[in-house]
Amino acid sequence: MKNDQLIKMVNDIASFFASEPDREESINGIHGHISRFWNIKMREAIKQHVNDGGEGLPEIAVEAIRRLK
Amino acid sequence: MSLTTWRDLGTPKRESETLVTISVDGIEVSVPEGSSVLRAAGEAGISIPKLCATDSLEPFGSCRLCLVEVEGRKGYPASCTTPVAEGMVVRTQTQKLAKLRREVMELYISDHPLDCLTCPANGNCELQDMAGVVGLREVRYGFDGKNHLAEKKDESNPYFTFDASKCIVCSRCVRACEETQGTFALTIDGRGFGSSVSAGKKETFLESECVSCGACVEACPTATLMEKSVIQMGQAERSVKTTCAYCGVGCSFKAEIKGNDVVRMVPDQDGKANRGHSCVKGRFAFGYATHKDRITKPMIRSKITDPWKEVSWEEAVQYAANEFKRIQAKYGRSSVGGITSSRCTNEETYLVQKLVRAAFGNNNVDTCARVCHSPTGYGLKTTLGESAGTQDFDSVMKTDVAMVIGANPTDGHPVFASRLKKRLRQGAKLIVVDPRAIDLVDSPHVKASYHLKLRPGTNVAIINALAHVIVTENLFNKEFVEKRCEAVDFAKWVDFIKQDKNSPETLEDVTGVDPELIRGAARLYAQKGNSAIYYGLGVTEHSQGSTMVMGIANLAMLTGNIGRPGVGVNPLRGQNNVQGSCDMGSFPHELPGYRHLSDSVTRELFEGEWGVSLDHEPGLRIPNMLDAAVSNEFKGLYVQGEDIAQSDPNTLHVTAALEAMECVVIQDIFLNETAKYAHVFLPGASFLEKDGTFTNAERRISRVRKVMEPLGGKADWEGTVMLSNALGYTMTYEHPSEIMDEIAKLTPTFHGVSYEKLDALGSIQWPCNENTPEGTPIMHIDEFVRGKGKFVITEYVPTNERATRKFPLILTTGRILSQYNVGAQTRRTPNVVWFDEDRLDIHPSDAEVRGIKSDDWVGISSRAGQTVLRARVSDRVQPGVVYTTFHFPESGANVITTDNSDWATNCPEYKVTAVQVEPVTQPTEWQKQFHRFNKEQLELLAKASETVGA
Repeated sequence: MKNDQLIKMVNDIASFFASEPDREESINGIHGHISRFWNIKMREAIKQHVNDGGEGLPEIAVEAIRRLK
Repeated sequence: MSLTTWRDLGTPKRESETLVTISVDGIEVSVPEGSSVLRAAGEAGISIPKLCATDSLEPFGSCRLCLVEVEGRKGYPASCTTPVAEGMVVRTQTQKLAKLRREVMELYISDHPLDCLTCPANGNCELQDMAGVVGLREVRYGFDGKNHLAEKKDESNPYFTFDASKCIVCSRCVRACEETQGTFALTIDGRGFGSSVSAGKKETFLESECVSCGACVEACPTATLMEKSVIQMGQAERSVKTTCAYCGVGCSFKAEIKGNDVVRMVPDQDGKANRGHSCVKGRFAFGYATHKDRITKPMIRSKITDPWKEVSWEEAVQYAANEFKRIQAKYGRSSVGGITSSRCTNEETYLVQKLVRAAFGNNNVDTCARVCHSPTGYGLKTTLGESAGTQDFDSVMKTDVAMVIGANPTDGHPVFASRLKKRLRQGAKLIVVDPRAIDLVDSPHVKASYHLKLRPGTNVAIINALAHVIVTENLFNKEFVEKRCEAVDFAKWVDFIKQDKNSPETLEDVTGVDPELIRGAARLYAQKGNSAIYYGLGVTEHSQGSTMVMGIANLAMLTGNIGRPGVGVNPLRGQNNVQGSCDMGSFPHELPGYRHLSDSVTRELFEGEWGVSLDHEPGLRIPNMLDAAVSNEFKGLYVQGEDIAQSDPNTLHVTAALEAMECVVIQDIFLNETAKYAHVFLPGASFLEKDGTFTNAERRISRVRKVMEPLGGKADWEGTVMLSNALGYTMTYEHPSEIMDEIAKLTPTFHGVSYEKLDALGSIQWPCNENTPEGTPIMHIDEFVRGKGKFVITEYVPTNERATRKFPLILTTGRILSQYNVGAQTRRTPNVVWFDEDRLDIHPSDAEVRGIKSDDWVGISSRAGQTVLRARVSDRVQPGVVYTTFHFPESGANVITTDNSDWATNCPEYKVTAVQVEPVTQPTEWQKQFHRFNKEQLELLAKASETVGA
């Protein structure tokens, strides 16, 4: 899958969890959502994107993706 | 099975804890206070002759046939309008009564054609029956005087006729239109001898406001209002009770049959979802099932540019299985997947997801709920603990305030709308939250107290503003929240919602709604009685669809409107089995019963039963499958009963993905738009051709019963069994009841469900298990399924899809009463007389500046594509907003919708697309290409029968 679509999806997810007052909860929320609903290939692709610099992703999303197994 | 009929008890059942005992012809009977003498007699097994009375309508007292004698009272009161009184002694058969009734009947028959032998109602005519019951032997008046025997017949409606010569002016049709349907299209015109039933202002039925629900036809005691199918075919021989395959109301019907042909569909008086009512689709639009376009032979081809070749079921299934195996060997196990259908039964849906997980060995299964109510599943599971609505439909009759958000029930869920309107006529209040002025805003005897005409895409801002008012004005139910909800989450949420950014005044620039209207609506919703929220796709099909569902749940919990009749959160599901397809594990991340694949206990349960090892990784959603196909990573798809090439957004992307696949298997009743990109076609079976169950919007599981043999030779579940076996994973089911037994065994909320119990109870609302053996009409009564209710912060995040200089208008989409979804069924019925093309509604001011008039062709362009429709200038839409439907594939409504979607579920943002509209003179390139491709595909289909055995 193309990264730009995955980046858009992560941004949409992050925009919801960003409203959590606690940063750690925001990160956990993004992390939990991607873990529960994303296929492994999609997770691998977005992890690779983060390893490549994570362009286009907000900081809390980058942190959440780094924690993906 | 024989032709079953209901015993008509004359007047409606009354509800009262006080019982009144009377004597009827010496038989003592106790009935609820407020019951009529006619009803009491009926309950005692005594039938009093009647014509104007029927138990679906309030008593009227006009026919004078149900006269009785009451001891101690003068005269001969009509038993239908006489309430029971303790100790009343009633006689229904005396010489005097017999004489009076004969004389009344004599008068009726003196102005009625004596053509019983050739009358279509012969064998099913209450007038004829009553003439026999009262012993009418002569009509002394003759036919020389003035009469109505030469009245002209109105045959304008495609489904029924109105023959005024046979009318006895009993007003049952008029009252059915008012009381049952709530349209008020019919009236009694004139007085005395000149009285006649009139549709509208002396218009034909077709020209009038009549919505063809059939309530008048059902109520008519003579052949005055008569189904054309009965006129053509005669009375039916037998009947089978089954469930409608249109919307999520899930009406129960009695299919009346002659031989192998359906004569008519009669709404089931005992149906708990519809309570004897119907709409034009379920009642009349079943002809698609035998339409000439049905494909009844399996077909294969290696390329979509090849002609189809008709083959046996065995060859088609083996070809498909070989292709899937070849693709998986070449591209990997996850390169194929399946799509289940909300139009198919629970059992069929369950089997498709089982095939994907057990035979394909991955979790790439998804369902059309992805594009409609997937946010409902996510939002309600998160907040309340269960992915389903909280009430039954009966609940609306105890509602004091109904808030309808992003739904158009009179078009999308007409039978529920009739009950809602009935409750509103009884005095309940209505709040409508919708960018358009839907019919409920202002229709006969129904007027919304508040219409929050918001800008598309600002739902969450509105729900937050409503909650802000309730919290800051201290209108919330503190006791409920403290007892039933998570305290920490609530405190955090209150801090959020109280902020000025959520006030109606601050959000006015966003929503476009007068803050005072929002404050008024919030105060009304938070009143002390029962408030209920009903919502539809105008809530879910947004980039914040899931957020909005959670906002709705927040509001219901905040005001304590959960856990009793009259309240709740009620998603109005679009298709007949959306709830069921979700329940059955159609989503790629969860097994039946909404249990996540990562739950090893559940996974092991299924592994033990299915005898395979299950992948614990979530599979691909439909949009992910399509994206992966375009990237050449996804190559094979099994689609049962869905048409993603028409229903899913960004058509060009969908068709590009389908073209990139090497094996697309379609199982459908027609060569739908997706099938034109397919390599294998398996003939589907309509709902009339199979056994199974549907689950409606109120979690009600109802039986679908086979009325006729499958035209393609197999029910859909049988096709799936064959495909699975050919793939090497053995399925041995002999009947759908065995599949349901397996579902019940593996799914806690279905543990108590069986065909035997469904037959005994009629229908069951899940959860149905050891704790609730007869089902659960109302959920979350004492505690939420998740324990304590969870308030979730619902920050308003504007959609990326905004009006710009290039695309200054916002397009939103919806449905219409006479057509259903992608129209594959209803376009193949006479329903096209009401609606035969999708139009673009545009506000007069937007039309004027563009020089657009009604009926002009207009081009609509978005960043995704362009299409051309005819315009309809209408002030039902607000300035800056345009609206269309998507019932006709050539309209290309989804060519212009974008790939924006809900953040949580990827449900497409159908309801918000920035567009430009301008006058044009010719179709778009896409439409020209569509017509070329369609023509080619139909030619390739025509060659199928020529290549049999070639």
